[in-house]
Amino acid sequence: MTQRQHRHYTCSFCGKDQDEVERLIAGPRSVYICNECIRACSAVLADEASALALPAHTHLLTADDPDKDAAGKPIRCSFCDKRRNQAEAMFAGPENAVYICDQCIDLCEGILAEEQSAHIHVNTGPGPRVSTATAKQAAKQATTTVPARRQHLLDLDDWTPDEIRALLEHATYMLRVLAEPGMKLDTLRGQVLVNLFYENSTRTRVSFELAARKLGADVTNVTASASSVTKGESLIDTARTLQALGASIFVVRHSSSGAPDLIARTIHGHVLNAGDGWHAHPSQALLDLFTLETRLGPISGKRIVILGDILHSRVTRSNIWSLTAMGAEVVLCGPPTLLPPAAATLYAQTPVPGSGATRHVSVEPQIERALEGADAVMVLRLQKERQQAGLLPSLREYTAAYGLTLARLALANPEAPVLHPGPMNEGIEIDPAVVQHERAVIVEQVTNGVAIRMAALDLLAGTGTGRGA
Amino acid sequence: MAQMNEQPILLRGMRIIDPSQQLDGPGALLIVDGRVAAIGAESVSAEDTVHAAIPAETPPLVQSLPASWVLAPGFVDLHTHLREPGFEAKETIQTGARAAARGGFTTICCMPNTQPVIDSRAVIELIAQAAREAPARVRPIAAISKGESGHELSEMVELAAAGAVAFSDDGRPVQSSKLMHSALAYAAPLGLPVVEHCQDEELVGAGVMHEGPTATMLGLKGWPAAGEDIMLARDLALVRLTGAKYHAAHLSTAGAVELVRAAKREGLPVTAEVTPHHLLLTDAWVAGQRTGPLAEALAQLELPLSQGARYDTNTKVNPPLREASDCLALLNGLLDGTIDAIATDHAPHTWVDKACEFDDAAFGISGLETALAALLALVHVGALPLPTLIAALTDRPAHAWNLEAGTLKPGALADLVIFDPDETWTVDLDQFASLGHNTPLAGVTLRGRVRQTWLSGNKVYDADWPPPLTPPLCAGEGNEGK
Repeated sequence: MTQRQHRHYTCSFCGKDQDEVERLIAGPRSVYICNECIRACSAVLADEASALALPAHTHLLTADDPDKDAAGKPIRCSFCDKRRNQAEAMFAGPENAVYICDQCIDLCEGILAEEQSAHIHVNTGPGPRVSTATAKQAAKQATTTVPARRQHLLDLDDWTPDEIRALLEHATYMLRVLAEPGMKLDTLRGQVLVNLFYENSTRTRVSFELAARKLGADVTNVTASASSVTKGESLIDTARTLQALGASIFVVRHSSSGAPDLIARTIHGHVLNAGDGWHAHPSQALLDLFTLETRLGPISGKRIVILGDILHSRVTRSNIWSLTAMGAEVVLCGPPTLLPPAAATLYAQTPVPGSGATRHVSVEPQIERALEGADAVMVLRLQKERQQAGLLPSLREYTAAYGLTLARLALANPEAPVLHPGPMNEGIEIDPAVVQHERAVIVEQVTNGVAIRMAALDLLAGTGTGRGA
Repeated sequence: MAQMNEQPILLRGMRIIDPSQQLDGPGALLIVDGRVAAIGAESVSAEDTVHAAIPAETPPLVQSLPASWVLAPGFVDLHTHLREPGFEAKETIQTGARAAARGGFTTICCMPNTQPVIDSRAVIELIAQAAREAPARVRPIAAISKGESGHELSEMVELAAAGAVAFSDDGRPVQSSKLMHSALAYAAPLGLPVVEHCQDEELVGAGVMHEGPTATMLGLKGWPAAGEDIMLARDLALVRLTGAKYHAAHLSTAGAVELVRAAKREGLPVTAEVTPHHLLLTDAWVAGQRTGPLAEALAQLELPLSQGARYDTNTKVNPPLREASDCLALLNGLLDGTIDAIATDHAPHTWVDKACEFDDAAFGISGLETALAALLALVHVGALPLPTLIAALTDRPAHAWNLEAGTLKPGALADLVIFDPDETWTVDLDQFASLGHNTPLAGVTLRGRVRQTWLSGNKVYDADWPPPLTPPLCAGEGNEGK
């Protein structure tokens, strides 16, 4: 009487199980469609086959069909949740319990075609996704072969050195575009980019805006204080509303770590993290890396010191991923109360994707020892609130113990550049004389930021070539 | 509660495990007037003994069950949040009790952080009234302080007389050592335990997950394990001073297990519980990396978990999911008896409470309906003996709080659970009886499923009934065995 049920998937349209078909693609809430049904639906859409090609209980909805499904609810695509009137065509499965729209059929066709040519989307967002053991194997292989095209830029922890290299090279091209007065590209033409900023920012927002305009996108800015956020609208609702208004690229800054991930799970389109909580600021890290390489050449084996409030720094967290992926050794230096717990353990346990190399991150609370022989120094902004929070005795003591002065900089290698993500508190974490020094590359960082963001936008949401479609 | 079956009922064929009587084996159980009339297991003549007890004038309804199924006393949950009164969108007493029945729990002790707080006879009576028709026994835990505000003691004598089974300010840990001292001293002669959610609020601050590598990676504010250990150590010092019964809720750290172990060795009147999620899941789940005992056990059972979402707010719980070494220490504590009970800390929330930024999401996991199946993963891989698991869900919690539950000794209430330890099923939120769909186990395939739950000799849940659960009164099922 005991029945052992094995995990078992069947196509929601024709009822065949996973062993009978080549591929099942999973939608949300346990709906599946097999490759045979995808091909049949696709052929019907393209008028290549009559409705007889469809499986027994599946049909194309016509005007004669009722508007409600078996449960009495308005018909929606079971894969992407589109309403019937938002799709050009909709197929109904057995007993009007499952539906799929023409766009999901197209997308599934695309997945099948792409698998045949051995390219796999590793980072697919909402909508259909591949779900079988073979797909998992293929995804594993994909990380070591062709860099997959990404949908989002949320953080750099899962970026391979090859992907980072490709983006930096693309940014070099973008830098040349920027150097040409009046030159514009049209790779994002017709797309709407929204800068959704829940925290104040000048340089990042303007940088993304200029980058998007250079690529031909329409840009709109939403800041928390000016939106319905103050009326209590949730982040998910705000994102959905902006999507309904036509936005397809979301540049998000938020004080809560993970907010861009939430939006990425909510909307179709692309999310670029412009800084979330203490978590990540990937475009800043990429422009820092780009700036370092223009000064130092390849950074593999270089010793890079990050100095200051590491605990609260999203810039540092992203920088650690990208710098160590490219083979640099990162030294974290700051007061013990501003160092993140278990940092060295974490990074030692997290190898670089693609190469499998070990990341080299160490913690050194003593500034002179940290700076000794450094190849570059990245200085972080110190928030004045840290004193009130009981983490620091006084700004005066911080400056005395951890401020970057010319004397301390002299401990580093003679050519070591000095970076700062801005905005600076000159005289607190960095001495004005250092800012004025020719080794400071703080202004270059800002210019490079536009090129990096152009490259990222084009690779994620554009043609990836800088040219129009 | 449901009407009483007039006719005796004989359940036979299945394995019976009742740790309160050290029973484990194929057996039979006779129910007369909602109570256990006879029980036999482990011997050839077991069924004959039970047959001898059948009253001659009324032949029993006989239900024959598969030999692989297990019958045990109904589970006892020392830590449930039912949300009524005040937060009925999250859960009601009715839906929470249905969730309990679906999870095999027949006695659930509900925490007082409702609105109003359970700090008066009136609220206890309101709960008792709402629970009258519920498919589980609901036993209220009253607040330590009025309004759980941490200032003045609640009226403990009256609350005990009204039916409170323990006192706790769960969710609002008692920060004042002075108030905790008073609470323990005042409650001591009542014989009811004071239950503490051990947490130093100042140290924990605005933390949203366990402080460790994952929190550092995700950029989330961590709270250190020391926040729990400090408070527990303080409370144990006060127990030593007062001699009062004390129960530590949902232990989550290796340090806390060690403190309780030492306190028990010393002979202090201390008991403790652990939740399924603290035993089974790690903080890496917050990053979508499903590691820890459950993931390892399911992989071994060839039911591997897929990658989860980063910042899944369903993994946000208080105390937080901790590291694999903590899970191991908790399991060892359960095995050696340091930890008395497994309690769910069932904390249902609405979709809105969880569909937001991680920092803003409510704490809690809806746990009643997945507890047994998730814990059975440890049994299947040999990490936890089944009788120990059953004991931690029945006799040990009942004994810790002196509840009339958790046993099938002749004369006891016929509250029982029947489960198939080998049936695989996938956690489907649409099937949940709880209004709280907040579980990180959604979509996960588990092995072991509750088939039936009985309360006072009446079946209140059957996996074969169609949802939503509508318990037919006294359904005349089964002479199929004869």
